[in-house]
Amino acid sequence: MSCTDNATPALTLTGVHANIDQYHILEGVDLVVPKGELTVLLGRNGAGKSTTLRTIMGLTTVTSGQIRFGGQDITGWPTPRIAREGIAFVPEHMGVFGQLTVRENLMLAAVSGTMDEERLAWLLALFPPLKRFWDRPAGNLSGGQKQMLAIGRAVIEPRQLLLIDEPTKGLAPAIINDLADALDQLKSQRVTILLVEQNFSFSRRLGQSVAVMNDGRVVHTGTMADLAEDEALQHRLLGLGLGEHQ
Amino acid sequence: MSTLEQSVETASPQWRTVFQRFRDQHPHWFLLLAMMLVALLMMDFSTWLVLTVSGAAMGAMLFLMASGMTLTFGLMNVLNLAHGAFISLGAYAGATVLLFWLNDQAAASSLWLNLASVVPALVFALLVASVMGLVFEKLVIMPVYGDHLKQILVTVGGSIILMQLIEVVWGGNEIPVPRPEAFSGAVVIAGIAVEKYRLLAVVLGLLVYGLMTWIIERTRVGILIRAGVEDREMVEVQGYRVRLLFLGVFVAGSALAGLGGAMWAMYEELITAHMGDELMISVVVVIILGGLGSVKGCFFGAILVGLINLYVGFLEPRLAAVATVGLMVAVLMWRPQGLIPVIRV
Repeated sequence: MSCTDNATPALTLTGVHANIDQYHILEGVDLVVPKGELTVLLGRNGAGKSTTLRTIMGLTTVTSGQIRFGGQDITGWPTPRIAREGIAFVPEHMGVFGQLTVRENLMLAAVSGTMDEERLAWLLALFPPLKRFWDRPAGNLSGGQKQMLAIGRAVIEPRQLLLIDEPTKGLAPAIINDLADALDQLKSQRVTILLVEQNFSFSRRLGQSVAVMNDGRVVHTGTMADLAEDEALQHRLLGLGLGEHQ
Repeated sequence: MSTLEQSVETASPQWRTVFQRFRDQHPHWFLLLAMMLVALLMMDFSTWLVLTVSGAAMGAMLFLMASGMTLTFGLMNVLNLAHGAFISLGAYAGATVLLFWLNDQAAASSLWLNLASVVPALVFALLVASVMGLVFEKLVIMPVYGDHLKQILVTVGGSIILMQLIEVVWGGNEIPVPRPEAFSGAVVIAGIAVEKYRLLAVVLGLLVYGLMTWIIERTRVGILIRAGVEDREMVEVQGYRVRLLFLGVFVAGSALAGLGGAMWAMYEELITAHMGDELMISVVVVIILGGLGSVKGCFFGAILVGLINLYVGFLEPRLAAVATVGLMVAVLMWRPQGLIPVIRV
């Protein structure tokens, strides 16, 4: 936490409101993502976590508020411009192109046109199945392999910020472990990551900072270490939805 | 097909699985071969060969006209019912070159002079259609992305305007477009007379199919197009402006319609402003048959429609009109997604 990089946040959301159709989903999100850290965005279903990521990416229109990234106001920018500015997005549905081969998926993700040999070798060592299915259509991959491809796409070129939406959803525990190892490696390279995650043990292992959302607002921010220790706080913040379901 | 299936019934189980696998994995080849085989059983060989070459030629031209529409529909999800007007436009643009600008070359009796009129005619048709495609996309298509009902309304309207513009420029009467001499008549191959122009159509169709396949399978733009067919949003998330890609594809689709129209003009040797509309039925059948958005499916669909037209036209002329639509109904009952569907994930 003492690192000077943290003084300038990678991404700042100030009072961001966003609608999907007639529904008001984000009701003034304030969020700071510190540079070089992994921030976990927690909260129950429907709290607006995914919409927050989509809004940062320009896929949902901001009705009021401001999004600043790397010292620039990117509010209202078109998605391709935001992507080229250095933000990669791994959506919940992974968004892998099933008709394209693994190679073609990665090739498109390398916006500069060519894949850097060294980085590709590193990526394939990080996710060995991608090498095995290199020339197969990505649609034939298993869920875990697709997730590896989706994250691989996001890091085939160095990016300023990764937005990852629920990477563990529907995956077997062994694969979740592999994913956690891979994210750990990215973290150790000081890649800035904003991770939406429901799986608390997974996010506790990886997260440095944490933000908890409820009803379209960020209701708690702090360090993951503090939240992991404070069971009462966990219960208050993350058990919010349980009462309604029981 | 029934005789084929009967013979397979009696065959050993091993052959049966081979047959079934072939049918399910290569439905386009299966249907094409089955159709050719059934036709061969119903007529003598030389007739069959002539009809097959003619059908392939008609299919090649249909492919040129339909490939643009399958791309615009498959990639952009835009139902462009004005596609037929671009076919007409290409036909008139090509005819203008042949009849007025390079008419001496077209009328000469030398292959090279004839080519010096036909090639510019095709290029001009391509250019006129692409420029009009660019204007049309900006004015008519862009405001209605994502709304099929509005697309149908405005493109039908746009189509009427385009066809009226053709009548304003070229007049409302039919225009005869004589085929240059080098491409009239027939060549005799192995004792069978094959019209030269049909051979040209087949060659050009194969060239365009090869080029399109190469672009789509091998180039970066092609990968982008395939990705865009599947998931537009994710293409943008990777940092590409889908908007520009769409514009490019629309222009290319219009250009292909124009090229096909010019080829058709020389094939029919008579053009009207409404010829494109009449061809649209076959074009729509071809793209539905092949599987929306698939270039390969479009190619096979076009060849199948060309062949069934000629085969049925020979065997039972009264049924020729329903054969095309009948083929589409039969294929859709077997494979509702078309021969080679482009799956959206």
